[in-house]
Order: sequence, then C-alpha cells, then structure tokens
Amino acid sequence: MDLLQIKDISKSYEENRVLKNVSLSIKEGEIHGLVGENGAGKSTLMNILFGMPVIHSTGGYEGEMLIDGKPYKPTTPEDAMAAGIGMVHQEFMLIPGFTITENIKLNREKTLPTFLSKIFGNRLEKLDTEAMAKDAREALKKLDMDIDEYVPVAGLPVGHMQFIEIAREIDKSKLRLLILDEPTAVLTESEADKFLEVIKKLSQMGIAILFISHRLDEIKQITDSITVLRDGEVVANVKTDEIDVKEIARLMVGRKVELSKKEDEDRGIKDENILEIKDLRVNMPGEEVKGLSLTVKKGEILGIGGLAGQGKLGIANGIMGLYETSGSIVKDGKELHLNNPREALKSSIAFLSEDRRGVGLLLDDSIEFNIAFSSLEIQDNFLKQVGPLKLIDKKKVREHANRMIEELDIRCTGPKQRARALSGGNQQKVCIARALSLNPDLLLVSEPTRGIDIGAKKLVLDTLVKLNRERGVTVIITSSELGELRQVSDRIAIIYDGKVAGILPPDASDEEFGLLMAGEDLKKVVN
Amino acid sequence: MIVPIIFLIICIAGSFFTGLPFSFLFDEMVIRLARNLILVTSLILPVITGLGLNFAITLGAMAGQIALIIITNYSIGGTTGFFLSILISTPFAILFGYLVGRVLNKAKGKEMITSMVLGFFANGIYQFVFLLLCGTLIPVKNESLLLSNGVGIINTIDLANIKYALDRLIPVTKYPIATLLVSLLVFLFLHFFLKTKLGQDMRAVGHDMEIARVSGINVDKTRIISVIISTVLAAWGQIIFLQNIGTINTYGSHEQVGLFAVASLLVGGATVERASWKEALIGTFLFHLLFVISPLAGQNLLGNAQIGEYFRVFVAYGVIGLSLVLHAWEKNKARTRLREIKE
Repeated sequence: MDLLQIKDISKSYEENRVLKNVSLSIKEGEIHGLVGENGAGKSTLMNILFGMPVIHSTGGYEGEMLIDGKPYKPTTPEDAMAAGIGMVHQEFMLIPGFTITENIKLNREKTLPTFLSKIFGNRLEKLDTEAMAKDAREALKKLDMDIDEYVPVAGLPVGHMQFIEIAREIDKSKLRLLILDEPTAVLTESEADKFLEVIKKLSQMGIAILFISHRLDEIKQITDSITVLRDGEVVANVKTDEIDVKEIARLMVGRKVELSKKEDEDRGIKDENILEIKDLRVNMPGEEVKGLSLTVKKGEILGIGGLAGQGKLGIANGIMGLYETSGSIVKDGKELHLNNPREALKSSIAFLSEDRRGVGLLLDDSIEFNIAFSSLEIQDNFLKQVGPLKLIDKKKVREHANRMIEELDIRCTGPKQRARALSGGNQQKVCIARALSLNPDLLLVSEPTRGIDIGAKKLVLDTLVKLNRERGVTVIITSSELGELRQVSDRIAIIYDGKVAGILPPDASDEEFGLLMAGEDLKKVVN
Repeated sequence: MIVPIIFLIICIAGSFFTGLPFSFLFDEMVIRLARNLILVTSLILPVITGLGLNFAITLGAMAGQIALIIITNYSIGGTTGFFLSILISTPFAILFGYLVGRVLNKAKGKEMITSMVLGFFANGIYQFVFLLLCGTLIPVKNESLLLSNGVGIINTIDLANIKYALDRLIPVTKYPIATLLVSLLVFLFLHFFLKTKLGQDMRAVGHDMEIARVSGINVDKTRIISVIISTVLAAWGQIIFLQNIGTINTYGSHEQVGLFAVASLLVGGATVERASWKEALIGTFLFHLLFVISPLAGQNLLGNAQIGEYFRVFVAYGVIGLSLVLHAWEKNKARTRLREIKE
C-alpha cells in the first residue's frame, strides 16, 4: 500500500484558486520529485501536507489525504510530525545561538522530572543534556557527519546546516516521509553531491522523500518518479525513467494558453541603445543581482522573466536606486548616478513598483494627487508661484487627472476618490498615469498584473503596449508570469542566479524557457 | 562589556571626591543591593524570551503596593503582614502579567515602547481606583488611610507595621541577611528555571519566534508565562523595596521602578537581547553606587549637590538611550552589504 495518498486536493485563497484536484501518491522508501514554476502551487501543497496554520486561517482545503490508507487531516505542524512527516524548509529553521544538539532536539528535549514539575506540570522538568547529546550524535552518525554536537550552529558552513536540519528530522523516531523544499539551492556543487548521496541512503532506510527542486538534472538523477505541477494542476505524474529533462521543462512551462500572438507587424526598432547596464549588482534582500549586463534598445518592450529569488525584481529596483547598487548604467549615452532615485526620475525613467500598495500609491490620497505628485516633486509641474510660496495648482492637476482617467479608462467616481477604494487593476492604472505624468522615455514595470483579476490583466497589458506603440516609450516589464511576457515583449531575458541566463524571442519553445529558468545550459542539454 | 567598565571608572573616580569612609559606602551598598536586586532580576526573563526590556514591571510594582495598602487597611503587621502581602500581591500580579502579555503578543516587535506606555496607562487606572473609588465604592476600614474628605487614599502611607519585616527576620548582624538570602534564592531559581523545558522554550522563542512556532512551541503562551513571572517577581521586589524604605508614596513609588530597574540592568552590560543574573548584580551595584556618591561628589567638586542629582538623572536616561542606539547599530552592522553578496 502507498505510504501517502493525496486525493483531489483543492485550495483557494479568497477568489484565487491555487490548487485544483491535485492527486499523487508516494510509496515507502520512494524518492518523489515535485517540480513546477513559482506560483504553480508547490508551497501551498506542502503547507497543506505539513498542517501549516496559514492553510486553516484561510479556510482550509478540499479533498482528502491518506497515510497507510487511514485519513490524515493535519491542522498543526505537530499533527504532521505525529504522523511521521518531517520537513526541511527552504530557509533554515535553525537557531544560530543554539548548539547543534539544542537545534536537533528543539522542542523534543529529553527531560527528567523534578520537584517543581510535579506541582506545575512537565514544562518544568529539567533538561537531560547528556541523553540529548547522545541522540544528536546518533542522528549525525547516520548521515556520516563527523562534528561536535555541542558547537553552536552560528558560523557553520551552510552545507553543515542543511545536514543538521535533516539530522533533526531523522531523530524524530517515527520519521516516514521527509519533505525537502529546494534543499540544494544553497549548496555548492560538491556539497550537493554529498547531500544527494545521503538522500539515497535515507530512502534505503525506508524513508520516503518528497523532493522539491527546480534543478531538473538533480530531479532526473535522484528521483524514482516525478509529479509536475502547473497553475495548480498536475500535468504529469510519471516514472523518472520515462521522461527526459527537456520534456520536464516543457511540461513545467507550457501553456495551452490563448497565446494571442501579436499581429506580425514590422516593429522597426532601431539599433540604438537607450540603456546599457554593465556588471550591475543590487543588494535587494531575496532578489540579489550579481553582476548582470544587459542592453535595451530604444522603442522595444523587453521582458524580464525567471523564478522568484533569482534577482529579476532587483534589476528595476537597482536602476531606480531603491536598493544599494554598484556597477554602471548608461542611459542615452550618459552615465546614471547610482543609489539616487531622484536622479533616476530626472533622467526620464519611471518605475511601477511590484509593491503597489507599499511603495506605489498614497492610498489615502485622492486619485488626482496620486497622479500628479511625482511630477510635482521632481519636475515642479502643477505648481503656481504665489509670492515666495509655491502652491499646488489645483486646476491644472484636476485637468490632467481627468485627461488621464479618460485616456487610461480608470474606473472611478471621479478624480477626488481615494486610491484605496479602487480595485487592483484600476490602482495599477493610476500608477501608470503617475508614471506618464513624468513624460518618461523609459518605463520600468514590475509585476504589473500581480493580484489583479484576469479581465483587468489584459487591460493593463494593453495599456502598456499602447504606450509603447503610440508614445514610443521603451518598456522593461518584469514578471513572474512567462505567459504575459510572451504576449507583449519583443525580447525576453531570463534571469538565473542574479545574471542573464539567456535572451529569447517570445515565440521560442517552452523547453527553452523552462531550461533557462532552471539554470541549465541550453547548448549542453540540446546536444 | 564597555558600559560597566566606564561606569566602574566613573564610580571609582567619583568616590575619591566624596570623602566618604569605605565602611559607610559598604553598608549603604549592601542595603541598596538587598532592596533592589529582585526588581532588577524580574527583567531578565522577558529579555531572554525576546520581549526586550519589560518596562511594564510598573504594573507588578502596583500589585505589590495594592497588597501593602490592603494589609495596612487591616492593620496587619510584622512578619505575618509581610508574607500576607506577598500572598495577596501574587494573584494581582498574575492577572496584570497575563493582561500585559496578551497586549505584548499583539505588538510583536514593538514590545518595549508598548510596555512603557502600558505602565503609564495602568497608572491612570491605579489613580482612578485609589483616588476616587477608595472610600466610596471600595470600603476602607482604616480611616487614617483616607484623605480628610473621606474619599481617596492619602499620599504617603506609613508602613511602620512591616518596616524591616524581612530585613530583620534573621537578626544576626546589622545587615539585611534574610533579604539577601531571598535574592540568592531567586537567582538560584532563575538558574534552575533556565535549564528546564520551559526555560529552553523561552530561549528558543527569544532567538527566533518563527522557528519556535514551526517546531511546535506555543509561542504566545510562552511569552505570556514569561511576562507573568516577571510581573510577579516585580510585585515581590516592590514589597521588599518598600518594607526597607518604610513608607509608600501611594501615587509615586511605582512610577520610576521600570526606568531605574532597566537602567540598572543596562549599566551591568546587558542588552535588549541578552541578560543574566551577572548583569543584574553588577548593574545594580554600579548604578546605586553612582546614586550614593554623585550628590556628594557634585557638592565637593562644584559646590552644588543638585549637579550630582542632574548627573544621576542624565545617567539613568542616558544609559537607556545609549544602549538602544548601540543595539540598533549592531543590528544594522549585521545586515549584508552589497560587496558581500557571493556570486
């Protein structure tokens, strides 16, 4: 019988359906790979399986799970642990100030009864440090780790930390299924090799492994079977021997989508660069850019894609000077001052942030003020001089706002409505209107359709294309949704590990995109 | 480490100018250590649990004072009165600690400012109860406790009944042996407590709430327990403090408790994230040594005792401010810089 069976699991966050009838099953000692793009639903599935509170605070899930044929309904991580499920998270769940032993035995400490514990309950039992150290040593030995168990975790190499996480999971006596979420992402190559060895050993001990990774060659090398998720649905459930890396990549990315391919127009993009980026480094936490070079042609729409955490969002934020940046950026032949948002705005670059509500909009101000305020700050527009004071010219602001509302079709009760009251799509349009008020010749757009319903998505994208065609604005659009990049872009750069992995035309095959996003070398795989 | 050293230097230099005999300083320090140590110790657990400096021990002090006012109302004195007040203050302190813990759980990351404001807020309720309700809604038997119009508790309550009730419990020397023993017991309890499962949970929560939660530790409950223990210790500490002083300033005694205890702990080299009994002991000693010598040093050096007093106030607030700035600075230093990003 299968150890774990997942049957028809569905889950929505509010209106947004993130998992649709997902089913898979894992046998004892099997290594099962789970692959998919960001947003494909991998993490949500793991959260359900591990009983994370976020699932239940958002209304639970539909469908059922069975362990050894018995129903399994975890509502807390403790339920999952009791059922023999362990998880190694993508970010290390280790406390740096604690010793290795303390980390391995965290919240499962061995204790001895004391006088006080008899009165106040067992939380006042004394820790049995020797027994704890012994357990820790045994767990480490199973992983062939030769390290003192009383050393603090802080300062150990990341490879070691990964092993300590696993040691903690196998120390749980009943461990039967181990979930590994992108375990090799932080490891060097030799560490990763050793790590995979250990995984194989664990599976020989009868522990089933659910292995999430976007390093496809690893998945191919180590797993027994593979499930591919796309847009919350299982698109394939196969034995690893029956599929090759290219096919996995294609399944992962491929969309049966309405790829409403643009009419074949002659774009007539001149061979003139509007932006030349050399060796750009941006310290944006979680989205670091590590020495990226890229040129952008005047009048084109350049798409920037890639998986989350690879640095694609860092590029626009770096150009705008919102995070610490080094390298060189040349705009229209002139070197751009780095780390200076005002300077970037003055160089006719406008930015639509991915953090629309946080950075983009003054939610409690009127639409008209939101549209005008960047231009008012940077270019002294919409101002009138009254004696020594510069005051806002309300009439001009109102006229401009009305014009923008009409042009971009912003659905609102009028220019005085507060931005907070608008829907996501219309808020995005207000952001676009504000960017346009600066008369930019280069527009940076990050995740323009995140959190927007499908109808509004199309409107926002159409607006961007219109700007490009009619006003000749060069657009750099960064998005996690490859589908939308392929709809609007002239070229698409895929970012991997803080650098450009490759630049593809929008009609390149799904495989090529999938491989680039997974950091595979295109030529190597094709040959 | 640098903070206690600086204070030690200031204290040594200052004591030369006071001209006070060593024996006087020694006696004074023993008394002050005895009466302040438990109040300072009450701050340690919240620091370990990651709540920072719990300024809301003011509420614990209020619980202690409530108990003292109650026993004075019934004119119960001596050792019985002292232990009865300890007993009465405990349920109040547990209730206050629970409420503070609940509020602080809602204000994660802003615990210190929240606990400070909670102290001010509770002070308002405290005044309402003792100025308006006592003598009207709450019957007061002992009329000497009431203001002349029969409503509200008087400003200063004489605690002659239980003065030195603990300090002189073991009348061996002129020193408060029993009080020092109780302080030692509290230290030992704390030491033992940190080696228990609950203590380990508190350390884990203090290091990283998220990891603790994922490991199945009930983070909110652990934090509340930590605040409750802190508040109870503060209540006991305040009773011990006041039985030594011998009077309660009904509307003032509790106000500075949080501030002075926090300053003492910080002078001892503790930070917002790290504190132990060592820092409590060293800090209480240094801070109060400064209290003793600074007015006299000011008088002898500058001909004005008030200058020493200014210096004292400056030091109490200054050390708190400095310690918070240093903490923020350390945190900032720990962030990764651009050039440190690996390829």
